Amino acid sequence: MTATKLKPVDAVVVGTGIVGSILAKELADAGLKVVALERGRVIDPQHDFASPYTYDELKYDRHSDIFQDLSRETITFRNNPREMALPMREMGSFKPGEAVGGTSLHWGTHARRFLPWDFETRSRVTERYGKSRIPNDCTTQDWGISYEELEPYYDQFEHLYGVGGKAGNLNGEIQPGGNPFEGPRSREYPNPPSPMTYAGTMFANACRELGYHPHVNPVAAQTQAYTNPYKLVLGQCIRGGFCSSHACSMGAKANPLTTVMPALIKQSNFELRPLSNVIKVNLDSDGKRATGVTYLDAAGREFEQPAELVILAAYTFNNVRLMLLSGIGEPYDPAKHRGVVGRNYSYQSAGRVTCFFDEKVFNPFMGGGARATSIDEFNGDNFDHSGLDFFGGAYLSVASGGAMPIRSIHVPPGTPRWGAEWKRAAAHYYQRNFTVRLHGACQSYRQNYLDLDPNYRDANGLPLLRMTFDWGDNERKASAWITKKAEEIAKAMNPSRMSAEPTAGHYDIVPYQSTHNVGGAAMGADPATSAVNKYLQSWDVSNVFVIGGCNFPQNSANPPTGTIGALACWAADSIRDLYLERPGPMA
Amino acid sequence: MPPESQTCQYLTQPEIRFLDAAVERLIPADDLGPGAKDAGVTYFIDQQLVSVWGSHGRNYRAGPWPEGTPQQGFQSRLTPREIYRAAIREVNVHCLKQYQKAFEFLAPGEQDEVLKGLESGAIELASVSSKLFFKLLLRNTMEGFFADPMYGGNRDKAGWKLIGFPGVPASNYNDLIDEHNVPYRVEPVSILDVLHERVKLDSQGLPKHVRLKDEGRNGR
Repeated sequence: MTATKLKPVDAVVVGTGIVGSILAKELADAGLKVVALERGRVIDPQHDFASPYTYDELKYDRHSDIFQDLSRETITFRNNPREMALPMREMGSFKPGEAVGGTSLHWGTHARRFLPWDFETRSRVTERYGKSRIPNDCTTQDWGISYEELEPYYDQFEHLYGVGGKAGNLNGEIQPGGNPFEGPRSREYPNPPSPMTYAGTMFANACRELGYHPHVNPVAAQTQAYTNPYKLVLGQCIRGGFCSSHACSMGAKANPLTTVMPALIKQSNFELRPLSNVIKVNLDSDGKRATGVTYLDAAGREFEQPAELVILAAYTFNNVRLMLLSGIGEPYDPAKHRGVVGRNYSYQSAGRVTCFFDEKVFNPFMGGGARATSIDEFNGDNFDHSGLDFFGGAYLSVASGGAMPIRSIHVPPGTPRWGAEWKRAAAHYYQRNFTVRLHGACQSYRQNYLDLDPNYRDANGLPLLRMTFDWGDNERKASAWITKKAEEIAKAMNPSRMSAEPTAGHYDIVPYQSTHNVGGAAMGADPATSAVNKYLQSWDVSNVFVIGGCNFPQNSANPPTGTIGALACWAADSIRDLYLERPGPMA
Repeated sequence: MPPESQTCQYLTQPEIRFLDAAVERLIPADDLGPGAKDAGVTYFIDQQLVSVWGSHGRNYRAGPWPEGTPQQGFQSRLTPREIYRAAIREVNVHCLKQYQKAFEFLAPGEQDEVLKGLESGAIELASVSSKLFFKLLLRNTMEGFFADPMYGGNRDKAGWKLIGFPGVPASNYNDLIDEHNVPYRVEPVSILDVLHERVKLDSQGLPKHVRLKDEGRNGR
């Protein structure tokens, strides 16, 4: 089949999630003619996300049509290179999106920044604990960019997304009530912090008794009505639950549809093409320059969209897959330990201590977004790891995201999974428990990577992306040790029963954990170990920028979205102010 | 007999009788309220099997089909519709051999014994993994008991009443955040309640919850 060749544009943006929408807007504002290609459908929030239809756990948490349609494309998975990877046939561990707005249509709105330490993990661990602390197979590395360089872009993203929170460090001065371990921020959050719930208050009191510094988690579900810098108005979150994996009918969840698209779509130099699935970035004969992209429309017709600039802004998996399918950068080979595309795939570890109380009721259905009370004492290098056998850590939080009944009925350990005894426990404890949750970092390892699967193909006949991933011992040890700390805090709250589950054993793709898949197109200062430079420009094809969670060389304990947003703002600035002035390799 | 609008479209009569009996053991009726059978879970399962999910319409379905490790998740060639159809027949074959009766005629203790045998994999079925079938059955039973009643289960909002879940939220929760350890007990509101105007709405289009005077025993 021959592709229909379309009129050239200045920039083509692949994907319309957080990254794609920001890049398209900023480049259109800079005067470029921009086309955005989105594999999913258009969403009209007024109708698609109308009340009361969004308050439907079965539809949104289980069967949502804003999740990726796995019948057309999925990934394959195995724990290690000795196994045969098999397709992820149903949604489980993570839930990538597929619509204009991307995965962030159903995100949990966690908006913590990464720690300054996160960007220099290898250097700082080596400096403080010696080289031997980092396992031989660990490929964790520095990002090639510092927290200080990204700070203005965190600030820009937080104001674009109306993040509510309380600063803990304003220009180096520690602020009461905030997170004292965060990197210095140049100004306060644009919106106030969410008040603490009953469970959050109990957790905060127990933490204070133990000398820790509880603070309210920053959240991008608006804590008050907010007008962002693009003059778009977001509604206030009513804490009505049905949030994570759900769309918001209140317009309170910051995402491309509430923060960017309504302004962008009016600009005459911007065009959105939904149901357009990019299958390849086209390169010129010497492979040094992209000429545009090839995509299939809803009917399967093939189009070639020529462009001066190609921005890959899809989910982690698709950015990496498109690089591999297009021959951009050397694919990673774990046996030879060389190549960069697919290298350093990572995820996030966890752990939970669930506390049951016979005499306390928490109304757990009231909540929304990333509302939580957190402590950062055990995150990153905020505690001394001397004498320990791991590095990195986790932050702890008691969240109130809105406990839905299919997903969130917890019963004390030892209760049967069904029958009369289970029913009695469910009736009693649904309202009478909460979880101290570990959000843990995940280091990168030589044998954890992404490549093209040799056996399974998508609906277009192209190879699926293959994920090879398991927990490292470092993550298991960190989770076990920090879970003990969480248990100490839990005990201080005097629960009648408790259960503790650290991250242990093998990574399992079945239970939902988080949609925090990162790496595979790491950024860095060294082209031998990174796929893109600090400006997120391909080392090999200088008019291709690859932006998103795929750029993380390993994962922080903090949720990735705030940093993905900051990287998008940083890349947009770099392209506009540096690249467009002088196209070509920037580093 | 089920309500007129709740006639099963996929399940056969023996399958309905099997499921009525099985889901009732998973969530039995007791002094706390109705069980899964009276909450319409069998009809819910029927509707799920008719839906896109029942034929795994949005799941990856190309082969090859090696068994894989537990961490690799669902790898059966069969769809949920096919699994229910094959497994129910084969569990009854097992029951006839073991107890000389179909599952629905067993005493509750015997039914539990069979369900535990499926759960642990101790009972082997000819064409489908018993563990896989049990996992689906338990998952769908929980979904049917707690999903919005518009899907046919959770009849009379029995599941939500059991645990004290209010359903579609009211817009006043922000005002209640400082009321610590004060149970918020209301008549649950379903999506259908809103659509059929069985509940008053506020200016944001959200229901005005009716507080319950009787705090009750359960989650309530």
